[in-house]
Amino acid sequence: MASKRIAVVEQGRCVACGACENVCPRKAIGVYKGCYARVDLSLCVGCGKCGQTCPAGCIRLQERTEAPV
Amino acid sequence: MRRKRWYDYLWIWSIVYFALGFFNILFAWLGMIDFLLPLAFAAFGGNKFFCNHLCGRGQLFQKLGGELKCSRNKPSPRWFSAKWFRYGFLVFFLVMFGNMVFQTYLVAVGAESLREAIKLFWTFRIPWGWTYTAGTVSPWIAQFSFGFYSLMLTSLLIGLIVMVLYRPRSWCTFCPMGTMTQSICKIKNH
Ligand code: SF4
Ligand code: SF4
Ligand code: SF4
Repeated sequence: MASKRIAVVEQGRCVACGACENVCPRKAIGVYKGCYARVDLSLCVGCGKCGQTCPAGCIRLQERTEAPV
Repeated sequence: MRRKRWYDYLWIWSIVYFALGFFNILFAWLGMIDFLLPLAFAAFGGNKFFCNHLCGRGQLFQKLGGELKCSRNKPSPRWFSAKWFRYGFLVFFLVMFGNMVFQTYLVAVGAESLREAIKLFWTFRIPWGWTYTAGTVSPWIAQFSFGFYSLMLTSLLIGLIVMVLYRPRSWCTFCPMGTMTQSICKIKNH
């Protein structure tokens, strides 16, 4: 079942360091072509680990229903 | 959790590098790997595989700040990841790097003599002569070692300070290598 919440990256401030990618338990977030991190909505369980690790503080959790697909 | 790979242990390399500089400054040249490899990945691969998986420094900060909890773990100030600050710091760093190369040049042509010291935060000169026996190599090779090690140690210290104050990898938000490689990737992939 899909989680209620998902991670959303503010791409303009993402520094593409990959800290999020290395802590995500589901391989749901990853740096895309060295530019910014992207979330795979079908894998994200909304645990928030990435957001607690991101040094730029540019990841927040959002209700899945609000999210643009 | 992800299965451990060989490159998950590169934080050890980071410690070894700084330790070697306390014994023989010429090992400082090995730091060029950490300069050229990220640029090579960005320029030829169009990715930040280095930052994402191979950077010993990033891993070391994550270990110390994360697992060993030597970090307040508060989000970095927003301006750390603002473009003006990241590019500004990159320019500052490159100018300082250029200055270091110029010093090396002056020693190479004999206009200056070798200074067996490192300079921290571009300000504090610390005698470091025990790590070098005069005459081992050409003076400019030694001069570059002292200068390059100074840059590496200074940036490590800044990284450790922001690690303690903010998140483990806060340094990565404005690390010049990180900014440079991300910029190259953005140019390449758009
Ligand atoms: S919220 Fe959890 S599952 Fe989703 S991307 Fe972040 S770390 Fe991965
Ligand atoms: S941890 Fe934050 S800044 Fe680093 S890649 Fe992930 S989203 Fe971007
Ligand atoms: S941003 Fe700098 S310190 Fe961080 S992983 Fe990349 S090269 Fe290493």
